[in-house]
This record gives sequence, structure tokens and C-alpha cells, in this order.
Amino acid sequence: MSLRDGPFGDLKVPLTWTAAVALIVAAVAAVAFLMSDRRETLQASAYGASKNVVDTVEAPVGGVISAPVRWAGAGIDGVRGYFFAISENRRLRAELIEARQWRDKAMALEDKTRRYEAILGLKTDPPIPMVAARVVMDARGPFANTRLANAGKEAGVVVGNPVMSERGLVGRVIGVADGASRVLLLTDIASRTPVMIERTNARAILTGDGGSDPRLDYLRGRDPVKAGDRLLTSGDGGVMPRGLPVGTAVKGVDGGWRVRLDSDYAPIDYVRILKFKDFTQAVSEAQLEASTASPPTTQAAQAAAPAAQAPAVAKPAAVKPAAAPKPKPAPARQPETAAPAAGADAAQPGGGQV
Amino acid sequence: MSGFQATRPLDPWRWLVAPTLICVVATIFLAIPLRVFGLQLPEFVFPLAPAFAWAVIRPSILPPFFLLGMGLFLDLFWGGPLGLWAISLLAAYAGVLATRSVMNNQGPLVIWAWYGAACLLATGTAYMLTMLDSIAVPSLIGAGWQVLVNAALYPFANRLIQRFEDADVRFR
Repeated sequence: MSLRDGPFGDLKVPLTWTAAVALIVAAVAAVAFLMSDRRETLQASAYGASKNVVDTVEAPVGGVISAPVRWAGAGIDGVRGYFFAISENRRLRAELIEARQWRDKAMALEDKTRRYEAILGLKTDPPIPMVAARVVMDARGPFANTRLANAGKEAGVVVGNPVMSERGLVGRVIGVADGASRVLLLTDIASRTPVMIERTNARAILTGDGGSDPRLDYLRGRDPVKAGDRLLTSGDGGVMPRGLPVGTAVKGVDGGWRVRLDSDYAPIDYVRILKFKDFTQAVSEAQLEASTASPPTTQAAQAAAPAAQAPAVAKPAAVKPAAAPKPKPAPARQPETAAPAAGADAAQPGGGQV
Repeated sequence: MSGFQATRPLDPWRWLVAPTLICVVATIFLAIPLRVFGLQLPEFVFPLAPAFAWAVIRPSILPPFFLLGMGLFLDLFWGGPLGLWAISLLAAYAGVLATRSVMNNQGPLVIWAWYGAACLLATGTAYMLTMLDSIAVPSLIGAGWQVLVNAALYPFANRLIQRFEDADVRFR
């Protein structure tokens, strides 16, 4: 029996008013969704189960849809390579000669650095394992700049991991599902990345605004930056490792400093997700809270003085032993333990270490 | 039953579900990471076309909920704040619905300008909400570019209007 045959069949409802009521109800629901969203906190818990489910479904679908585009791109590259092989060969030869000079300089500097590290007893950063992934979906509007990569929980990716292309830093992971990771790009409005200017060592915060060139905020010092200065991650706050290449400083049309991203010079089809553990991941909060260490009073210091001679007690309880490698007295060359900036340029997108 | 019989009845599958599915599929296809001559493709907000067309065709109870669903889909799919595009699409729909009695039966260029204003309203709403949500100012150039890009989707909205504008003569 249809509604029209029932007792409400003759009921006349003003359609415009009911449409307005429906609109208000839908708007209230949308506002409730927006107020419950905590995307801007970039915390793992803020990335809801619904987003994880969508990412899990979206990654294989995106992989299938983008396959013809990848094949077409590879075909065009092949044709271009065939027709421009001679000029490309000349260019690569010149680049190789220059690269060999840089390699010799880098080897000499590396040798010197290792000797200084051995003399000073410096504890260098451990090598960072990484996982290669392909970008399958892309959001590029002014209000959300994210990408979906096809490596997730099964590859050991966690929220907060930095993501690099073959040229430079792309962003960081904000959501991890089975087989997919959501990457927040440096250009997203919610992105904040501590960076430093390579020439002056001055610090700043790279702030995304949805445009292609993110802003440099909180610059300190007098004339800390000039056009063309290289920018690297500073490692401040422990969110990112120090020394990842970010981009080049340029003057914006608004008069402020902006950064032309290194990763923007080429299509971001493959990325490397660095399984870097920041301080909050390396230190167990429960372990810290359970610690029974006495406060640093004078009496406690005196009582602990004899015991403090032992090196094991002198270490902070929160630091894991594995996180601090022993300094090597012999300056043996180990390419996989190179500084992130150098290692990032050298590594291939096939997994491994930076 | 009302004495007004439409020549082409408003079957929800045809005027609501089909455009929704087309928008979802188009959004998925346009999200592939593709560069043409080194430039990224613009980001089209396809649901703006039905948001405009549904309000022009006639007021109804169902379109706001379809727009809510499509807005949530966009936010989940693009990884943005959940609810951002849902509110923005509903704002555009409400704007068009409120002015439809004035703007209906105008020339095609005026209707296109009206559609552009609806795009501006949706993007402006998203802009303001993003400012409040992130405590930061999004790029005006990026937002302006998106308004222009979405205004170019008017032919899709126009086709939907042409298809169903005679469906309910009470709201012609």
C-alpha cells in the first residue's frame, strides 16, 4: 500500500518549508561533524576509523585507476629518451664529471667529520630505515593538500613519519591504514615544519597555506635569509630528523619569505617514508610515569654520588640503549649512515636506509 | 494526487542518485596524481553542479541529505576536515534556494553568473571555516582559482536543469 492510499494521503505539506527544515537538519549534522573533527592536531587518535576505512578502499582503487596514466607516462618517457638520447648523454657526462668532484670532497669531509666525532665522543643519529611507496591519489585544493601512498601498517609506517620524494621533503604521515598512508603535504594549511636556513643556521617554521609555495614564519635574527638560500629541516622538536632538503627561499608577492619546494620540481609518483622515531615515540610515557627516580635534591645527589661513577646509571632512564650508537674510534666509511641530506640524494626508491 | 502532472516525473533515481554517482566517479577519476606539461590538474568540486541544479529545479526534502553525503565523501576522500565541504555545499544550496524566485527565467549568462556566485559562496564558506578550524589564513590565490575552475562546470549544472526543469510545473 502506497502512502497516498493511507490516512496521510490527503495531507498537504508546504514543500518549501519542509525543504528548509531538511536543509537545517543536514546543516546541523554537518556542523556536528566539523566540530568533532580534530585533523589539525595531527595526532594518531584524531584520524578516525571512517577515514581509515576510506583510505583502505581508496588505495587499491587509486592504484588501478592511475595505472593507465603511469603506463602512458612511461611510454612518453621512452619515446623522449629515444629521440633525445644524444643530448641527454652529453648532459649526463657533464653532470658525472661534476658529481665526481663533489664525491671526492664529500669523502674527505666525511673522513674529517668521523675523526672529530671520535675525538669528541659524539653520539651521532642512528641510520633511519625507510619504505618506498607509490602515490595513488592526490588532493590538491586550497583547503586540503594530502596524498595517499600505498604502504601502511603492514610496512611498519606510523603516524608522524616524514615522507620524501627523490628530490626533497614532501610532508608527514597523518593517518595509517592497512595498505595505505595519508600524507599531509608541506603545502597543507595544517602543516607546520621546523626548518633552518643552511647558510645562516637561522630557524623558522614552514607554514602551509594551500598555495604551492609555503610561508616562512617566525624567522629570527637580522637578515637571516636571502633569495636562493637552501632550507633544511632543523630537527627541532624531534618531529623530523635534521638535514632533510626542503627547498629554496624566494620572495613572495606579499613581501614575505616563501619556499619553493624541492619536491615540486618533479611529479611525486614514488615516495620514501622514513621510519623515523621522534622523541615522543622513542620514550614510553608509561615508563616515564612509572619511574621512581627521586627528585634532584642535595641529599639525594650526595647519596647517589658514588653510584654516579658507573656509566649505566649516568644515562637518563628514558633513553633506550639501542637509540644511542656507540662512537666508533676507527673512521670506517659507512655510506648507509650518512647524514640525511646526503643520503636522501643518494638512495634509490627501493627501500633501505637513509 | 495533485492536478499538475509533470511531463518527465522526478524519479529520485534519475534526478538525485544518478548525478550523485556521476559526481563521485568523476571526483575519484580526477584525483589521480597526473601532471600535464609539468602542471597539476585543478581540483574540481563536482557536487557544486547538482547543488545548484537541485535548488533551481524545485525545493525538496532529499537534496540536502544527498549534499551532506557527498560533502562528507569529499572530506573523507581528500583527507580534509570532516564536514567542511558538507557545510559549504549546503551553504551554496541554501543561497540558490533563497534566491530562486528572483533569478529563475533569466537569460543563460545571468544563470551562469548566478552559478558562479554559488561557487563563490561555497568556497567562501570553506575559506572561513578553514580559517576558524586551522587558525591560519588559506591562500587567496588558491581559493580564487578554485572558484574559477568550479564556475567552468556550469554546463553540467545546466544540463541537469534542462533535463528536469519541467518536471514539476508548480516550481517553474
